[in-house]
Amino acid sequence: MIELILLFVGTALVNNFVLVRFLGICPFLGVSKKVEVSAGMGAATTFVMTLSAIAAWFIQNYLLDPFGLSRFLQYVSFILVISSLVQLVEIVLKKVSPSLYDALGIFLPLITTNCAILGLALYIPIKDYNLIESSIFGLGAGVGFTLSLVIMAGIREELEFADVPEPLEGAGITLLIAGVLSMVFLGFSGLIAM
Amino acid sequence: MNVVIISVVSMGTMGALFAIGLAYASKKFAVEVDPRIEEISSVLPGANCGACGYPGCDNFASAVAKGDAPSNGCPVGGAEVAEKVADIMGIDTDTDDEIKIARVICQGKTCHTSVKYQYDGIKDCRAAAKLGSGNKSCDYGCLGFGTCVDICSFDAIEIIDGIAKINPDKCTACGKCIDVCPKSVIDLVPYSQRVIVDCNSKDFGKKVKSSCVVGCIGCKLCERSCPFDAIHVEDNIATIDYEKCTNCGICADKCPTNSIWEDKSKKKKA
Repeated sequence: MIELILLFVGTALVNNFVLVRFLGICPFLGVSKKVEVSAGMGAATTFVMTLSAIAAWFIQNYLLDPFGLSRFLQYVSFILVISSLVQLVEIVLKKVSPSLYDALGIFLPLITTNCAILGLALYIPIKDYNLIESSIFGLGAGVGFTLSLVIMAGIREELEFADVPEPLEGAGITLLIAGVLSMVFLGFSGLIAM
Repeated sequence: MNVVIISVVSMGTMGALFAIGLAYASKKFAVEVDPRIEEISSVLPGANCGACGYPGCDNFASAVAKGDAPSNGCPVGGAEVAEKVADIMGIDTDTDDEIKIARVICQGKTCHTSVKYQYDGIKDCRAAAKLGSGNKSCDYGCLGFGTCVDICSFDAIEIIDGIAKINPDKCTACGKCIDVCPKSVIDLVPYSQRVIVDCNSKDFGKKVKSSCVVGCIGCKLCERSCPFDAIHVEDNIATIDYEKCTNCGICADKCPTNSIWEDKSKKKKA
């Protein structure tokens, strides 16, 4: 049990997908203008991440490994799973929460090509996780992703009132903050040996 | 060979399974939408340029169906599309007859202006404008790095002799270039307007003279010569009131720096 908690904390904080592994930078910069929207994006991504981690584990252990297809079908099959899941999330979200659907807009289909999710799926066979570990790994990665997005959005909301030097306005200051945040998360390194 | 069969079968099965699952989900979670939205979308140009103020044509269509947007809200489609949209909505066509186009109000070609410094950065007006208001001698003129060219969805802009030139027949007045231009040197003018103050400089006459050969120096000769009280000098720059202007061209003839542009090709002979 304690190992699973460590795995969760380790993926969410120590090896944060966005700020330490530098995966999923596109939504990190694109959907981090408002806390509310970024939390929604984080929730959608967490959902897709957890499900695709589980699906990736099944595909890896019951399809790719037994038939020795891992070499060349890993990427294709994982992308297939992820895109189907995203499509599912999109359909459900449109019905359940139209406002969140509108707020996420183009970024929802973009989860399909989010490298954080493909990276997560590809990590699972490398790390040799079992089913429960895989799902915790997916959940932790999703929570870490949401966390970094919400922190970024919170800072950017405050930034609206800050006096930013003209050449740094917009993308410049955003990337600087992302760098500082990444350094902050460096403080977690070594907390848990992974 | 065996591997090929296994991979084809397994991927095919997976694909089919997901397809069935998604088809079921889309039935189960089907959202009822206003059928008019689809009809409106089908008559819109479909360029997703965003000129209407909505992210894309579909968003505009749903706003019209809800009654949030006017039927003539698509500047690209013009009167023709507005009529079709109004038909679908069952309301009267409310079209603005005056077609507008975007124009670059600067004649400061490379031969008319000088450079303040050698700019070696990104070839983008927004980047150049951040460095001491750009490398052009005039702080208000077109920088000519073609940021507007890149953003134009209709291939209507090109850079000629260091300034952007908009093709009036291709321009749809979507306003994207106006938004992106860091110098705000692009303006919407009526298509039929033949006389335009082709300068954006709000500097005093002396400074304009030293930075550009064809800049408006705010001498007010045009203001005094206009028989219709349609041109006025404010902030050291002449501005034409398009409502009053009759395109007579007197101001263009009087202008000592030729900063008032007149399209002589369309002028009717007396």
